Amino acid sequence: MAHPVGVVRWTGASRVGPPLLLVVVVALAAGPFVVAPQQLFGLVNLFAYVMLAVTWNLLAGYGGMVSVGQQASIGLGAYAVAYLAQTVGLNGFLALPVAAVMAGVVAVPVSFLAFRLVGGYFAIGTWVVAEVFRLLTVQWDAVGAGSGTSITSLSGYDRDVRLALTYWVALAAAAVVVVGSVLLVRSRFGLGLAAVRDDPVAAASTGVGVTTAKRVVFVLAAAGAGLAGGVLALGSLRVQPDSVYSVQWTAFMVFMVVIGGVGTIEGPIVGAVVFFVLQQTLAHYGATYLIVLGVVAIAMVLLAPRGLWGLLAGSRGTTLFPVGYRAVLGRRS
Amino acid sequence: MDLTNAVLQGVLLGGLYAIFATGLSLVFGVMRIVNLAHGDFATLAAFVALVLVTGVGLPVWATLLVVVPVLALLGYAVQRLLLQRALSPSPLPVLLVTFALSIVIQNGLLEVFSSDQNRLRLGRLDTASLHVGAFALGVYPLLVFVVAVLILAGLALFLSRTRTGRAMRATSDDREAAQLAGVDHRHVYGVATALAFATVAVAGVLSGAQTSFTPSSGPSLLIFAFEVVIIGGLGNLWGSLAGGIVLGVAQNVGAWVDPAQQVLAGHLVFLLVLALRPQGLFGRAVPA
Amino acid sequence: MTALLEVRDVEARYGDALALSRISLEVAEQQTLAVIGANGAGKSTLLRCLAGLMPVSAGQIRFRGESLDRVPAHRRVAAGISLVPEGRRLFASLTVTDNLLVGAHQRRPGPWDLDAVFEALPLVAQRRDRYAGALSGGEQQAVAIGRALMANPELLLLDEVSLGLAPVVIKQVYEVLPAIKAAGTTVLVVEQDVRQALAVADEVHCLLEGRTTLTGPAGSVSQEEVARAYFGV
Repeated sequence: MAHPVGVVRWTGASRVGPPLLLVVVVALAAGPFVVAPQQLFGLVNLFAYVMLAVTWNLLAGYGGMVSVGQQASIGLGAYAVAYLAQTVGLNGFLALPVAAVMAGVVAVPVSFLAFRLVGGYFAIGTWVVAEVFRLLTVQWDAVGAGSGTSITSLSGYDRDVRLALTYWVALAAAAVVVVGSVLLVRSRFGLGLAAVRDDPVAAASTGVGVTTAKRVVFVLAAAGAGLAGGVLALGSLRVQPDSVYSVQWTAFMVFMVVIGGVGTIEGPIVGAVVFFVLQQTLAHYGATYLIVLGVVAIAMVLLAPRGLWGLLAGSRGTTLFPVGYRAVLGRRS
Repeated sequence: MDLTNAVLQGVLLGGLYAIFATGLSLVFGVMRIVNLAHGDFATLAAFVALVLVTGVGLPVWATLLVVVPVLALLGYAVQRLLLQRALSPSPLPVLLVTFALSIVIQNGLLEVFSSDQNRLRLGRLDTASLHVGAFALGVYPLLVFVVAVLILAGLALFLSRTRTGRAMRATSDDREAAQLAGVDHRHVYGVATALAFATVAVAGVLSGAQTSFTPSSGPSLLIFAFEVVIIGGLGNLWGSLAGGIVLGVAQNVGAWVDPAQQVLAGHLVFLLVLALRPQGLFGRAVPA
Repeated sequence: MTALLEVRDVEARYGDALALSRISLEVAEQQTLAVIGANGAGKSTLLRCLAGLMPVSAGQIRFRGESLDRVPAHRRVAAGISLVPEGRRLFASLTVTDNLLVGAHQRRPGPWDLDAVFEALPLVAQRRDRYAGALSGGEQQAVAIGRALMANPELLLLDEVSLGLAPVVIKQVYEVLPAIKAAGTTVLVVEQDVRQALAVADEVHCLLEGRTTLTGPAGSVSQEEVARAYFGV
């Protein structure tokens, strides 16, 4: 071997990601000054979608854990915000980080149960947990039981101010989730997970380290989904058990991640934007729209398993974020 | 309804749940995959039966003669054309495809049938009951239980005595070795899925005559089937009958306490089993 | 005599790594060929290619003059090629008898059936009702051979049947070979144990790191030639 082999983390494209993200976030932060309130409301949902897609991808794409029960954390986050804002009297925006922490904390005991199952059975197991949360919430009178509750404690704000604040909080939350997931994936945990995610034999023979890493990802993904749930609650100012605990959220996450590209950082963000645009333009077609989403998702899994980002990045696996290590010939690190 | 009666009804309900679970268990046993659209195919079968009853005028039992073979064929096709292509060492592709399939089926049914509650009417059999001492058992639930036992026994015989059944067990043990013995594993997978879909069709139609169903009933049927499999123990045919009975009894006792607690009680018993005896009540201590 | 099996310039890869490099060999009908070589020489890869478990990346395999290019593993069994795989690979949750019956899945006509296998392999007959997972290594190997015979192959591929067995058990297992040959079956054995291989073979073919290093009649190759071909010294 004539060439010394070096290992680099920052390839040409991967230098672009962080400054690009910064520019995008700063540009989006101007939203309330340039965009009509109705569209701001839509963008709040987009930021929630980004959080959902990124966290679900952390689970499935990096952790090898296909969860069909992330709506448990979404619901928990939404209800935590509603409860803290309405009953405890905490400012709704300040309740948001608390809600994320609560969703993460609850995920710890849940993980001990769910991790007894693998693969497809893990998927349905998480779904059962979400159903239990829904059924318990439906019986909880303090949060309006089956009919849900409204968040009225933010009515002290002027409507436009409230909307702008919600928008900025949602944007910040999405940025935190994206940056956090990049940091997680490039950490020791992330690299360990990537090594075993596609190899059940290796996964079965791995020790405590990988289980712990998976648990960390599971808990962080729950916190992220809880954050998204809280943002959705602040956006609509209404929580209702059958909608926040709906498995439809998982359907959306699956679609966004599959369309964008599973197991990449950029894919879920691309997927969330595509999904958002489709939602804005086609959602009024109702069932037909969902049928089309399902068919497209199946086609993507079978024909383009690396998603839109995979098609864009090509075989070189271009990445905008320095999440992997790449062996490079002829360079010393 | 008193408690003893609730338990008895629960036992009978367990038969129905066992049929749902058998197909899930069979597919997992042979291919190590989980079909997340399992329950939706049961709902699909119930709606096809509904059309045959209301449109063609067939009695409910006769719809099975159409629905079962149609779903078996559909199962074979779904396996060969969709799932076979998604099979990989990672469970992700199959789960994504079947989850998407579940959404397509639910919304497809919603397009055609609306979200109304439906039920297959049996006529006199709907209310006929058998009085044993102080207890009154519905004739139809009893009949369903007998059908469940017959299906499980038939499946056990098929797996142990027939050439294809043996090939299926062999493929489950070691796919490559089965290929080397001359077994076409793709065909075996197709047959296993066809059988699973046939049982799902029976369960869907029988359940559609016992409780009402909507286009979005599938997921809860999938969850019940899954709970039965875990409670009964993986890869255990008669374990699914026992698991079904445990779930049925848990739900009915829950409903006896408070009608709103029926489903939650079942989930809690499932979680309890998962926490205390993850190999299932009747499973081997070490998963094979 | 025409060649039953013809292998022409076959290459096989695991990812980017070349496992077989332009291998050519022929096996005449009713002949026994031994393929020898050290660990990792490509012997098992060659058998996996012949059995259809692994695609060849170049070259061609012909059986009775017909290309096997697009023939999947189970169709090759129907055509008359059976492999006794490395590591026995029995169906652990099936009884010995059921293992044998799965071997007859293709229902190829021929001399071998349950009774014939039980007669030729007493070790198997004694354990017919046991679960295969509960057998000793030697018993498992005997069942694996019996299972392959149930397909009534014209070409039997034996992969490392002596691996991990005690010498006395190896002797027992190899005792069935004359009966197999007497039935007119062509045999290709892959062995690390050179002495065992040369004792049963008509022809020998030595592989080293995926390449052919020696071919010839088993009786006429010298020990030094074999050693040089085997170790590449």
